[in-house]
Amino acid sequence: MNDLFREDILDHYRHPRCHGTLENPDITFEDANPLCGDRIRMDFRLRDGVIEQVRFSGHGCSISQAAASMLCEHVEGRLVEDVKRLGREDVLEMLGIELGPVRLKCALLALKTLKSGIYGIHQWPGEEEE
Amino acid sequence: MSATRIDAGAAGPAPAAPVRFDPRVVRADFPIFATDRDKPLLYLDSAATSQKPQAVLDAMDRYYRTCNANIHRGVYRIAEEATAIYEDARRRFAAFVNAASPREIVFTRNSTEAINLVAYAWGRTNLKSGDAIVLTPMEHHSNLVPWHILAAERGIELRFIPMSAAGELDVDALPGLLADGRAKLVSFVHVSNVLGTVNPVAEIARIAHAHGAVVLVDASQSAAHLKLDVRALGADFLACTAHKMLGPTGIGMLWGRRELLEAMPPFLGGGEMIREVSLTGSKWNELPWKFEAGTMPIAEAAGLTAAITYLEALGMDAVFAHDRELAAYTLERIAEVPGLRVLGPPAGRRGGVVAFTLEGVHPHDVATVLDSDGICVRAGHHCAMPLHEALGVPASARASFHCYSLREEVDALVTGLHRAKQLLSR
Repeated sequence: MNDLFREDILDHYRHPRCHGTLENPDITFEDANPLCGDRIRMDFRLRDGVIEQVRFSGHGCSISQAAASMLCEHVEGRLVEDVKRLGREDVLEMLGIELGPVRLKCALLALKTLKSGIYGIHQWPGEEEE
Repeated sequence: MSATRIDAGAAGPAPAAPVRFDPRVVRADFPIFATDRDKPLLYLDSAATSQKPQAVLDAMDRYYRTCNANIHRGVYRIAEEATAIYEDARRRFAAFVNAASPREIVFTRNSTEAINLVAYAWGRTNLKSGDAIVLTPMEHHSNLVPWHILAAERGIELRFIPMSAAGELDVDALPGLLADGRAKLVSFVHVSNVLGTVNPVAEIARIAHAHGAVVLVDASQSAAHLKLDVRALGADFLACTAHKMLGPTGIGMLWGRRELLEAMPPFLGGGEMIREVSLTGSKWNELPWKFEAGTMPIAEAAGLTAAITYLEALGMDAVFAHDRELAAYTLERIAEVPGLRVLGPPAGRRGGVVAFTLEGVHPHDVATVLDSDGICVRAGHHCAMPLHEALGVPASARASFHCYSLREEVDALVTGLHRAKQLLSR
């Protein structure tokens, strides 16, 4: 079977962590990949510069949803300043697979949503590297 | 709008025309299937691009090896040979679609460029603010975006022939769209690259002409699969591309009625499209070279001739019957897969294209599971985002066929779909 369906990816896809929405979140951001219809929304609750709680919702392929689950699980409880330093390599390391150019966009949608949310901007520094 | 789930069992009789060629024998002519790889290649993406027979590769190779020279200007032997190869492709394509003259055939890069040529050269000469263009919701982006650009530039209204939930045009609504006399062009796809719907070109052309509108047909999918007769279709322009017709990428064809082409200004400026040039002005060349600026795809023209020869030897009616038979078989088999929804009309009214969604499984995941079995299907919106929006699905997966496609490939597809469902449903 293809590496894209490694057991831990399927596990995150089938049983996403940090899934859902927050009431009165401090930040909420939603982004989509119009080419394939993947859509991710993230709600954040912040306290003292820490991401106290994050929840994601949306729909899309296994890679986009598993990446969102892994990423949210990773950032919950971390300093916003640390989270701002996360990059594409971190996401690819979490997924642990090689991705072609099309699926790379699926994998990075969650990171884009996360960064756009906590930076409060639509593009974050370094996006042009893609 | 939402698409109805097709009950394949009640989809009407499969087309009766017998297949006169053996797809297994045909397949042996396509080197890609014999290339050594860890799994056999099961190619179900011919609507994106077809595979190429050895004869096409040989024709292109022969040109480069024996008579590579630029065309039209050289007077030496191989330049004349190259010119003959290029112009022969034009004659062969003209005959292939029953054009009145090879002068009605303009070579382009692809269908998209052919449609853009009409949008720029005909559209900008003949359309003004307040005019309208009639399109359909099932167009490929190549037959939408050129008109979006023109509409924004000139203040032109875009109108759309309504489409049923099963993906068929409501042609009865067309006279109403043309009644005010403002619509100057009706531009639509012959065979949808997603739905497989075969649109009634002659009927639409008749209605359009009765209201004084010009008709452009996007034959990107149909030219490769069924017998085209531009005069019987009654269109004014027809665009298609060689790479879906067993030919190479990089060469497309625009057929246009001669009087329309004659009255149009050039599209691109440069060498070969001129008769006389001074420092401050130029006079245009005659048809069709007026529209062919710069060095054209010569090896690709050689490949196109070989592809036409190959298709004609198979017989376009036999090719179409084979496609439709496989589409009907796919609809029948695919109905076994739980949660599968087919987009488009029943078997009797579609070409060799079957797009579908699988409940709870993203099309990208479907395609990835299938890829692990060596099965190539397309996943996404197939350059038809408005169509997917109209059908209420973000994306779909698509299987499509050509003369080398086998029932066994469809069987493998169905097995793969069961596995995708099992693996990824939650």
